[in-house]
Parts: sequence; C-alpha cells; structure tokens
Amino acid sequence: MTDLTSLTMAEARDGLARKTFTSVELTDAHLAAMERARALNAYVLETPEQARAMARDADAKIGKGEGGPLAGIPLGIKDLFATRDVRTTACSKILGDFKPPYESTVTTQLWRDGAVMLGKLNNDEFAMGSSNETSCFGPVVNPWRREGSDTKLVPGGSSGGSASAVAAGLCLGATGTDTGGSIRQPAAFTGIVGIKPTYGRCSRWGIVAFASSLDQAGPFARTVRDTAILLRSMAGHDPKDTTSVDRAVPDYEAAIGKSVKGLRIGIPKEYRLDGMPSEIDRLWSQGAEWLKAAGAELVEVSLPHTKYALPAYYIVAPAEASSNLARYDGVRYGARVDGNNIVEMYENTRASGFGAEVKRRVMIGTYVLSAGYYDAYYLRAQKVRTLIKKDFEDCFAQGVHAILTPATPSAAFGVGEKTGADPIEMYLNDIFTVTVNMAGLPGIAVPAGKDAQGLPLGLQLIGRPFDEETLFSLGEVIEQAAGHFTPSRWWE
Amino acid sequence: MNAPVKSAKLIKGATSDWEMVIGLEVHAQVTSNAKLFSGASTQFGGDPNSHVSLVDAAMPGMLPVINEEAVKQAVRTGLGLKARINLRSVFDRKNYFYPDLPQGYQISQYKSPVVGEGEVQVDLDDGDSVTVGIERLHLEQDAGKLLHDQHPTMTYVDLNRSGVALMEIVSKPDIRSSEQAKAYVSKLRTILRYLGTCDGDMEKGSLRADVNVSVRKPGEPFGTRCEIKNVNSIRFIGQAIEYEARRQIGILEDGGSIDQETRLFDPGKGETRSMRSKEEAHDYRYFPDPDLLPLEFSQDFVDELAAALPELPDQKKARFIGDIGLTPYDAAVLVSERESADFYEAVLVALTDKARDGKLAANWVINELFGRLNKEAKDIAASPVSSAQLAAIVDLIGEGTISGKIAKDLFEIVWNEGGDPRALVEARGMRQVTDTGAIEKIVDEIVAANPDKVAQAQAKPALAGWFVGQVMKASGGKANPQAVNDLIKTKLGL
Repeated sequence: MTDLTSLTMAEARDGLARKTFTSVELTDAHLAAMERARALNAYVLETPEQARAMARDADAKIGKGEGGPLAGIPLGIKDLFATRDVRTTACSKILGDFKPPYESTVTTQLWRDGAVMLGKLNNDEFAMGSSNETSCFGPVVNPWRREGSDTKLVPGGSSGGSASAVAAGLCLGATGTDTGGSIRQPAAFTGIVGIKPTYGRCSRWGIVAFASSLDQAGPFARTVRDTAILLRSMAGHDPKDTTSVDRAVPDYEAAIGKSVKGLRIGIPKEYRLDGMPSEIDRLWSQGAEWLKAAGAELVEVSLPHTKYALPAYYIVAPAEASSNLARYDGVRYGARVDGNNIVEMYENTRASGFGAEVKRRVMIGTYVLSAGYYDAYYLRAQKVRTLIKKDFEDCFAQGVHAILTPATPSAAFGVGEKTGADPIEMYLNDIFTVTVNMAGLPGIAVPAGKDAQGLPLGLQLIGRPFDEETLFSLGEVIEQAAGHFTPSRWWE
Repeated sequence: MNAPVKSAKLIKGATSDWEMVIGLEVHAQVTSNAKLFSGASTQFGGDPNSHVSLVDAAMPGMLPVINEEAVKQAVRTGLGLKARINLRSVFDRKNYFYPDLPQGYQISQYKSPVVGEGEVQVDLDDGDSVTVGIERLHLEQDAGKLLHDQHPTMTYVDLNRSGVALMEIVSKPDIRSSEQAKAYVSKLRTILRYLGTCDGDMEKGSLRADVNVSVRKPGEPFGTRCEIKNVNSIRFIGQAIEYEARRQIGILEDGGSIDQETRLFDPGKGETRSMRSKEEAHDYRYFPDPDLLPLEFSQDFVDELAAALPELPDQKKARFIGDIGLTPYDAAVLVSERESADFYEAVLVALTDKARDGKLAANWVINELFGRLNKEAKDIAASPVSSAQLAAIVDLIGEGTISGKIAKDLFEIVWNEGGDPRALVEARGMRQVTDTGAIEKIVDEIVAANPDKVAQAQAKPALAGWFVGQVMKASGGKANPQAVNDLIKTKLGL
C-alpha cells in the first residue's frame, strides 16, 4: 500500500470512496507521522482519541453512503480556531488551558462535511508574526532545509504549524488565518498551496481575533484542487458574523482545469522592488510565461499606492489588535496573575501572559488610537487603505481578471535569523501580501520553483472580490507547469 | 443656549446674580427582550450571571450582531423627540479596562449617532414652558455590575446587565434651573413610556442621568462645567444641581475658578464630590468597531415605524383640551403617565354622553380616583374602581340621577365592595330627589323654623347657602341641588 500520508486530499477522498482504505487507517497513518515528526513542533496539541472516533464515525457514514464532501479526511486546525472542549490558546500563555465551550463556525462546517481533527496547530502568538517564532509553544521548524545544510528554517507565519504539517505529510490539509499574509507566506515557504479568500467569505465567529477588518480564514493543502475542496466546506454566510457575506458558495473544484484562455493577468510594476533577489524576479517572469502559454494575456498594471501598504497595515492591524486583546484581562478565563488591586492584577496578568511581539503591537496600537495621534496615524492609515483598495478596483475595471506577483521577497530563512532588534526586517516578509488584506481581496500562493539553495518559492495570484474560482483555475496552470514540491523526510 | 431668559431662575449670590446652565445625558435602557448585540435575555432580577451569552462574557472569537428591535426602539424614540433620524450611523469602540466591562471596550456610537437633533417641549408647574434641544441619541452597551459585599477580600462580577442596550439621550445646554431639569427628565420619561421604548423605572436603573452643570453671570459666555455621574432619581437630579451650582458660585465669588471634572452625587449627604479631574480622564481611543458594518436602513423603514407610533403626550394633551374642553392643567395631569391617560380614555369610551360629561369625568379621575389611589399608595393598574365603574358613576351624575355628594358615597361603596354603580343606586335608594313637591315641603319646614335666618338672608342673599345646606342635610343628600337652590330663592323672595 502506498504511504497514506503522501496522498493528495482528492486521492484520499477517492480511496475512501472506493474503500481502498478506511478513514481509521488514513487517520492512524497521520497520527503515526505526527508522532515521528514532533521535532517540527507543528502540532501544539494532538487529539488522537477524538481523531479516531471521528474517523470511525466517518467510516460508518461512508459505508452507508452518507459521507459528506470531506468524509474521513484528516485535517489539522490552527490553534486560533475555537474547538469545543479542546484546548484553544492562540499559542499565547494568556489563554492558559482555555477550553472553549463552543466550536468555530469554520471548523463546525468541516466536521459537518465529515472531516477528522488530528489536533491543534502551532502559530505565532495571536497570529502576530511571520516566522512562527512568537508562539508560546516555541518555533515551528520548516520541513525544508537548504541543500547540504541542517540549519533549521522557519516555515513562515503566522500559520507556520499549518504549513509545516501539510508540507510534511502530517495532515491532508489544514486551516489557517491570514491577516497580512499568514496563509500565503508560509505556504510559499513550505512549497504548498494556501488561499486567503475574499474578506467575508468565511465566518470569523469562533476564531480568536487579531485584526477584525483584515482577518480571514483559509485552507492549506498540497495541491490547488485540495485547497478548492477545503474552501468549499469552510466558506459560507454566518448570521453570527455580520461581516460575512450572504452569497452562494460555488463548487470551487469545478474551476480546476477550466481554461484560462483570454484571461487578462495584471503584472503590477510597483511589486518589482529594488534589490529584489533575481531568482524571485525570474520566478515571477516564469509564472507569467506559463500563464501566457496557457492562453492568458499579460498586461502591465499600476498599483500606485503599494509602497504605503505595509506602513498603513502596521497601524491598522495593531490598532484593532490593541482593542481586540483587551478582553484578556485575567478576570473571566485564561491565566491570571494576582496583584494587590485590580490594576496590578491586569498589569501582572498581561505582562506575564503576552509575549514581546504581542506587547509591541498592543503598544503601537494603543499609541496610534490615542487622543492627538488618531488623525495622524489611524485615520490616515484608513485613507491609505481606501486608496489601495481603489488601486485594485481601477485595475480590475480595466478588464484585468487577476494579478500575478511574487508571494514573498525571499525563501524561508533560518530560525532566529530575523528576530533581532529591528522588527521591520520581519515585517517586510509581508510586503507582497498585506495589500490584499487591506483591499479585502482573495489571494492564493502556489509553489512555482526553488531558489538556488533548493528551497521552495511561491507566486501569488490576486483576484477580484469573490472570484476565488479564477484564482483556482490560474493557480492550477502554474502548478501543472511547476510540478509538486516535496521535502525529504529528514526528521523520520 | 437660547432658552428664554424670562424663564431663567437666577440665583442670588453674595456679589451678583448667577444663572445655571445645565445639560443632561440620560441613559435609558431600551425595552427589548434581548441585549444590543447578543441574544441573551434582558430580564431584571435573574440570578447573577444567568443572562450571559458567550458574546456578553467576551469569550475569544465572539462577535456582536446588532439586535434589530433595539434599533427600531432608538428610531421610535428619535421620532418621539422630533429628531433627525440618521439612515447611516456607525458603532465605535470606547476602550477602557474595568472588570464590569468584559470586552475591554464598550460598543457605542461616537461620531455618527443613529439619531441627531430634536427637541422636547417641557411644561413647568408655574404654567411656563420651555423647549429643550436634543443634541443626539445613540445606542450603546451597558456594563455589568460589581458585587463588593459577597466575599471579604474579593469582588464578584455579575454580567447580567453586560451588553444590555441603552439609549444615551444628550440634551443641549438649554436648561436653566433644577426645576426645568426635573421637568425635562419627567417629560422625557413620559415620552419614552408612551413610546414603549424604555420602562423609565429609575429604581431598577432603567433611567439614569449624567448631569452637566455650570454657572455664569447672565449674558456671559458659558462657564466651566462639572459632570455629575449616574444620578438615579428625579429628586436627586434636582438636589445635585442645586448643590453643585451653589458650590460653583461659592468658588467663583471667592475669586476661584472651576476645575472641569467628573463628580459623584451622594444622596445621603446631598452633596457632590470629586470623582476624577480632567487630567485623570480616560483616553477612550474611540475607533469604528471593525466587527460591525455601519448601521444602515432606508427611509421606508423609518416611515413604517413613524406610521405605527402611538399618540404622544403633547398630541394627547392638545386633543383633551381641544376636543373635550379640559383645562391645560387637567390635561397635563392626565397625560403625564400613559396609564392615567389610558384610564381616562377608557372612561370616555364608556360614558353615555362624552360631550356632556367628558370634563366631569376628568375631575373624577383626577380628584376622586387619583386622590384615593395616592392616599392608599396604589398604582392605577391596581385600582379597585374600573374605568367602566367610574364612567357609570359619572353617567349617574351627568344624567341627574345622583348628586355629586351622593356620588362620593357611591364611589366609596364601589371602591370597597365593588358592584355595578347603577344597580347600587337603585338597591340602596340613593337616587336623587327631583320631585319639587317633596323638596318644597322640606324647604317650607326649614324656612318656618328659622325666621331669624330668613331675615339675615334677605338682607344678605349670599347667606341663602345656609338654607341649601340644611335642605340637603334633611334630604339625606338626595335632593337635586339645583331644584333646592331655585326653591329657596323663590321662598325667600331673593
């Protein structure tokens, strides 16, 4: 029998349907792989009992012909998603041993469709980070290594555990959240596919909030098709999230293999950064050539406010975060460090509960919202956001169907390499991805090649609002041309 | 700012006259089964933390969803205040840490409230009336409650009230005396209760006010104001204003200046005391709540609510005066509580001749019924005399079957024993004597027995009233007073 952890989700689905193997077998194979791969630190909580119970349930339903679209498919869940009675921490000490008495809407839909939960995946604390090094559970290790080196590399972040687990065969797919690039950048760093759908496509209910106007859930998988399969189950209107959009969820998988002939692909000149590694530039041109060869039309476009996106993002996101994280005060749940009075209790709890990067962002956010600075920072950043959005609208109004950019300015870097004194160095990782969150658009990262050291590199496709289907069609063209990227299992 | 100076009540200071400038922020709990952003119950008096949803407790990943009924209530209230309704408004977060505030922020409306400028017509006891401008009305969440008396070293938190919808109704600084302030809050409360948008129960905290007070010499610009937080009765509002204005005048006349600050009213001592200075004021870091889209609705939505609005106290009062001929005072008394007006209207409906007896019915509701209810500290809802019974009593007077005096006895019987007034009159022989022959006989006897009084009355006709009293007494109150009057005048040759 082939290694069940190497299957794509679509293959596993077919195998389950044909009864070639059972969900219990598939799940056990993944649980065993997880055990062997603990060096990657991808999972912060393994839930084997629950996984096997869900798998048995799935097998029974498949047997009766009642299996849902994800029946028996083992998945990993980012620890930002509330899972009922299963510890949910956002990888922050401040949540302690918090077990929510509720299940997030997105995961509820996954279980509705028959998926199996293997465990909770590591992420940057409260999703704040681009390397998964701010987690209170320690850094996640990228399954990829530079050729001839055993330096530990980061998987990117904040959904580093999700990316690492999918790339290493520790689940068939995983959930992530993306506030400034937290799905697309780790997908690119680990050679897998990740899509951040349009803002409002997935419900945010039950997902620990980082920056509410930017946060959006999305799937990771090893193929474009698999992400399409997952997104269909994750997406949908939720009356409990008024920012979710009441719009039918299409059969995304049907977009796979659809001709891209005649689609106009924008190449934004502002994304050609000074000092960008030539291999990134080459990858970008190569991706454009592949799309052209498949019949798409390339057009140079301009997104003039791109350079303001990152600074504006680092005002808006911390501002919202500073307010969203106020509820972690030690009063009702999570960790508490006592003090002589209520203010001391707040201070002690938050000082010991939050890590350095979270504190930095809470302070930045508090500052930019404070009296006398609001107009200069927050209000101005919101105006920039409007301009960025308009850049994209203008571009799409000219008949552009999607925009092609690099996903990241470099390949994965070493653990500890960018955690020095200057946080900007880390923030620059999101330079190509934050614009998409600022504009609320869908963006997919697809692996497209390797750098000189053998590390995967990804391309990003940005779509029109709620046009994830075009991204899947185009992404699959790149995937077909570039092939799949599988790391050697050095950890086993 | 432009309230008529004639109604301003100046305070005599040591050196000059002073004028109070008062503005009120009234917090009114919205009548609704569910909270502003969660489905939890708003019922008063549940066990601590028994009406708390995951949203109210600010669990991780919870999101607010606006309660449409609360929005409707705010719009209805805006319409009742003759205010501009904003078809687009925005919810903001007001950020501060406190254990009764689970989210670490209150969802409120800062820059774009759901209701804009309006006005309230306020009638004063001296017959004067003033118009108080409304600056705005916005929706916001209430906080929870801290319980300090449950444990020797700990404070407990009850989140039942956390997230309950409040309307903050902000007046313009148009109020010039504590009397006006009290009358304004009473009127506002009446309007809210008519609309059914707030029960106005100040004892339960459904209505409370932050009172802004400053003083100035007449004609001068506004002085520095102090805000007295969370005053929870109309009487206390008056006391707090009186104390605070005099405190400020004392400081100013001593050559001092007023510090802008937030103060608390101590009902026990009748004083206000400093709570926090301007420097200590929170920086609330308001910003639009990214979990909520702007609140938008159509003019049709507003129009539908407007069409279904009940008659408001001002309209009702005008109708009572215009259609029924009540005095403005009586009309004002009747409309001041919706239940009173409703009772009176029910009496009107039950009357045989509304045109003839409408005014009489008003007298009976106000004087006899309200008087008796007050004496026994009863609510009108618990009145032993129903509107139908009272209407029957008024009918009996109006048609001349009983006199007003007998009617009072009848009212007592109905109050204590119940029963159909008309049947009681028959059964107990209370019918008024209109037979002039019978009355004449009594008059003759009394005239014959009192020659001295006859002489006096003939000299001074006003003294004829003595004979009327004697005749009524002799008839057991059943003689028709008009017939008695006429006969005595004839017999005495007046």
